[in-house]
Amino acid sequence: MGHRVVITGYGIVSSIGLNAGDVLDSLIGGHSGIGGITRFETIHKGKLPLAEVKLSNKELVDHCGLRSVRNYTRTSLLGIAAAMQAAAMAGYAAGQELRTGLISATTVGGMDRSEDFYPPFLENTSKGRLREVVNHDCGDSTEKIAGFLGIRDFTTTISTACSSSANSLMLGAELIKAGMLDRVIAGGTDAVTRFTLNGFNTLMILDKEGCRPFDGNRAGLTIGEGAAFLVLETEENALKHGKPIYGILSGYGNANDAYHQTASSPEGTGAALAMKKALDMGTLLPADISYINVHGTGTQNNDLSEGVAVQNVFGEKVPPFSSTKSFTGHTLGAAGAIEAVISLLSIQQDAVFPNLRWSTPMKELYIKPVTELIHDASLKHVMSNSFGFGGNNSSLVLSKYIP
Amino acid sequence: MAYINGIGIISPQNTLPGQEFLEPVVEHTGDFLKAVEPVFKTYIDPIAARRMSRLIKMGISSAKICLQDAGIGMPDAIITGTGLGSVEDTEKILAELTLEGKFLNPTPFIQSTYNTISSQIAIALKCHEYNSTYVHRCFSLESCLIDALLQLGEGSAVNVLAGGIDEMTMNHLTIIRRLGIWKREAIRNLDLWSCGTPGAVAGEGSAYFIISGEKNDHTYARLVAAGTLYKPGSASETATLVTSFLNENGLSHDEIDLVMMGNNGYAENDRICEEIVSLALPHTARVMYKHLCGEYHTVSGFALFVAAGILKKQFIPSSLVVQSAAPKKIENILIHNHYRNTDHALILVRK
Repeated sequence: MGHRVVITGYGIVSSIGLNAGDVLDSLIGGHSGIGGITRFETIHKGKLPLAEVKLSNKELVDHCGLRSVRNYTRTSLLGIAAAMQAAAMAGYAAGQELRTGLISATTVGGMDRSEDFYPPFLENTSKGRLREVVNHDCGDSTEKIAGFLGIRDFTTTISTACSSSANSLMLGAELIKAGMLDRVIAGGTDAVTRFTLNGFNTLMILDKEGCRPFDGNRAGLTIGEGAAFLVLETEENALKHGKPIYGILSGYGNANDAYHQTASSPEGTGAALAMKKALDMGTLLPADISYINVHGTGTQNNDLSEGVAVQNVFGEKVPPFSSTKSFTGHTLGAAGAIEAVISLLSIQQDAVFPNLRWSTPMKELYIKPVTELIHDASLKHVMSNSFGFGGNNSSLVLSKYIP
Repeated sequence: MAYINGIGIISPQNTLPGQEFLEPVVEHTGDFLKAVEPVFKTYIDPIAARRMSRLIKMGISSAKICLQDAGIGMPDAIITGTGLGSVEDTEKILAELTLEGKFLNPTPFIQSTYNTISSQIAIALKCHEYNSTYVHRCFSLESCLIDALLQLGEGSAVNVLAGGIDEMTMNHLTIIRRLGIWKREAIRNLDLWSCGTPGAVAGEGSAYFIISGEKNDHTYARLVAAGTLYKPGSASETATLVTSFLNENGLSHDEIDLVMMGNNGYAENDRICEEIVSLALPHTARVMYKHLCGEYHTVSGFALFVAAGILKKQFIPSSLVVQSAAPKKIENILIHNHYRNTDHALILVRK
């Protein structure tokens, strides 16, 4: 086993709050971030909901203390806003001796601006403002965050659809365990775009009423935006520097469903494998898990497949579970990290946050989600699932820090 | 210790199975160096292939060629690096967005997702193991290799399928030309080093490797390490980082026999590449290769194929441009690559 990888800081920006404190208030108060579309013009306005971060790009620039909005995509601004909180909480400063890496994840990268570039370009290829398109690639947002924080030792970007930022945390932990880095700021960021809204709409998996995870009448997901980053380091390092420890990343697993590009297998093969790998790494039994923050998108397919997998892994003793996507929407590449932060908040508060908008059990399952806030839950180990298109399934176990 | 035990590569050169090592050289005179495609139906079920875009077909085919080359049916992990994923699909959606609400075909959206290549390979192989995708400019392939080495080190994998893939389209080429990064005119690729015009020449390709913890009859070379240098401040700082990378891997500059240069025909950038190498590896023989494959985010996949071939065969193909005296022995090769001279990437391979 060797070194324990602990969490010494975290930051989050989402439709339910611009920092961890606000997010916690919303989770406890039962305030969802799902609402109307205000970010861009689209024919879906008034018809489909989104879970938007309530700041414009200009406001995000001011929020982060940046000078100009010109060079930043929304994805990079959300990422900077979350990463700077995580870094500050962990006492990170550029130039410290610890070898520090930044691993980010995104599914859209700079698409929010590329989609403005394209219409004039399509009419005439000498048209379209180049500054709208130079930040298109996924690496751009990561480099903007690394540049903002002054991180030099390592940086990369992961894109595995909706499990992307869970994989960032896994890579971060691996690099620390291998002794290649002392500290990693890992997470992900994604902005809402017309590209993703219309893309998911062609798949007919957007719920007009806002997502209802694990409900018998669920009709799809709700796209959200946001970012979250966690600071990982070895326990020895954290203790040596006298840093508060907020939790342990005690297990993780990545497996592929290898079934279909967009559909999950009916028996949830990949999902169950990812959960089992995460348990095994933490030398945990299913009974050790006190709460599951499920992937729970609200689509017919995911919730059935994930529900079957959870039943298969946990048997008759399925721990309390809920999908906090009912608050944040599905933040795609950021979801894994956003839900890892929410899982940490759960652990610290000993609280299980409810699965909103749930009323009807799924007839195929014998389990149902937690629908009322549970206080005094005494959470030791929380599992957080992130499953994506392409069968990219990842599962994390976050644990209460016990010296 | 990690070994390269299989290679599958689709590139602008004759690199498909059964071809001689970079012989005969393929000349390109178009706007970019287009990959020489295999017969896709040899590797992909024609019914499944009908809906796949070109990049996905290139990815699956090169992955299967790689597995066949290594004599392996099922890898223990699949990791892909791609700077831009399926540009063709992304462009289709961006075009359809202008007719918002009228477009009905979800296929381009699904395929534009960056992880499609890794996951389509998993589906084709029914591989339930570790699966990931890196999307960071010239670090995309190097990140895969670092991850592959971590997977081997953890003992969770013996054979990792890792590769890099990117494609070029005319629209994308037009945009990058307008940015002034690439040559505005079509040139003959073999004239890249003498044409003198600003900008690099674009290319594309897909290269997968079996990175294994075990040496066998298929072994080409050892993969020692991969490194990513994010935005070093100057050529001398980059050179210092290159030296540290070598030292961390137990080598001094004198032990590197050959460096594969990141030069891409854009004189302004090439001068900096040469300055870095002159500082870090003053006595090392140099070869240039991008006239054979063009420039793209995962071009180091082509370089790794070349380096592995040189180490196995112990000769430098004449199609590579040797910039100095030929090396006396070829044991250690360093591959250098860069993204517009801001990010620098390194791969170290050994006989």
